[in-house]
Amino acid sequence: MQEQLIDRTTSVQVVIASLREVLDQAGEPIPAHLGEETVLVGSNAILDSLGVVSLIVEVEQRLDMDHHVSVTLANDKAMSQRNSPFRTVGVLADYIGTLLKEEQL
Amino acid sequence: MIDRQVMLITGTRKGIGRYLAEYYANKGYIVEGCSRGDAQWEAENYTHHQVDVANETQVKQMISNVARRHGRLDIVINNAAIATMNHVLLTPAATANRMFEVNVTGTMLVCRDAAKVMIRRRYGRIINFTTIVAPIALAGEAIYAASKSAVVTLTRILAFELGQWGITCNSFGATPIMTDMIRGVPQDKIDAVVNGLAIKRLGTHEDCSNVCDFFIRPESDNITGQVIYLGGVT
Repeated sequence: MQEQLIDRTTSVQVVIASLREVLDQAGEPIPAHLGEETVLVGSNAILDSLGVVSLIVEVEQRLDMDHHVSVTLANDKAMSQRNSPFRTVGVLADYIGTLLKEEQL
Repeated sequence: MIDRQVMLITGTRKGIGRYLAEYYANKGYIVEGCSRGDAQWEAENYTHHQVDVANETQVKQMISNVARRHGRLDIVINNAAIATMNHVLLTPAATANRMFEVNVTGTMLVCRDAAKVMIRRRYGRIINFTTIVAPIALAGEAIYAASKSAVVTLTRILAFELGQWGITCNSFGATPIMTDMIRGVPQDKIDAVVNGLAIKRLGTHEDCSNVCDFFIRPESDNITGQVIYLGGVT
């Protein structure tokens, strides 16, 4: 199903662009710096639970529409992991890379 | 991105699904349809996908394809369903499971992946087909009716989960329409159902498009979580 792979830098950029969009749509202030360490879920998170849902959808859609990469981030594996793959921007970018590699196998 | 509304209708190979696909394609919508088999018919503004709605991968690929080609998806009509009319004492588990897979899981999968596309434009109309045989508790339809009751509940809750993104979700239950789905039902059974209705006639394809027209109007943005049954059934 994959038409192309994307590198980690692109994954990080997609997650940050999606995060900006979600915060903007929610009318939330956008921090001056958003980076790999930005916390998405749990304590000190930048998003509430609904914001996380919106972010996951936005990332999936950007990957699909802009990069022709189709992944389902909220799959059974993600939901059962002890450490959330949505914890931070960097962790989510790593998780995207893992999913894409798995689909290649 | 095109400026015409894009609609996805499931179960368009024949019957009500085909009628609605042709009806809306004629009205100028970009219509995408699907069925497990080939469509065997063509129309301007219509594209067919060979998809089993109970197959998660196939549904995802179809909706991704629609979104990439058109940049949008505005309306979904979940019409695809299977029904086997049997006394519960003669219904195998495999038959019941398959009916729930197609009618409930299939509807959920299409709603889920379509909503992900709709969310980006903060607009969407979802119509999920149910049946009057659930509220009238028609003997011989236990599993089919149970699956369609689940569709109504699914739709009511989706209305709350998706409302914040401008997506409405409603259900529609037609009275019996002479399609392949009920062609094997004895005439006296159909007559008994029709005689129990407030409006004592079979449903028509036009009845269906009339209700769909209402649900998908831009002005119906505050109509959500509802179920409309034809013929006076509540």
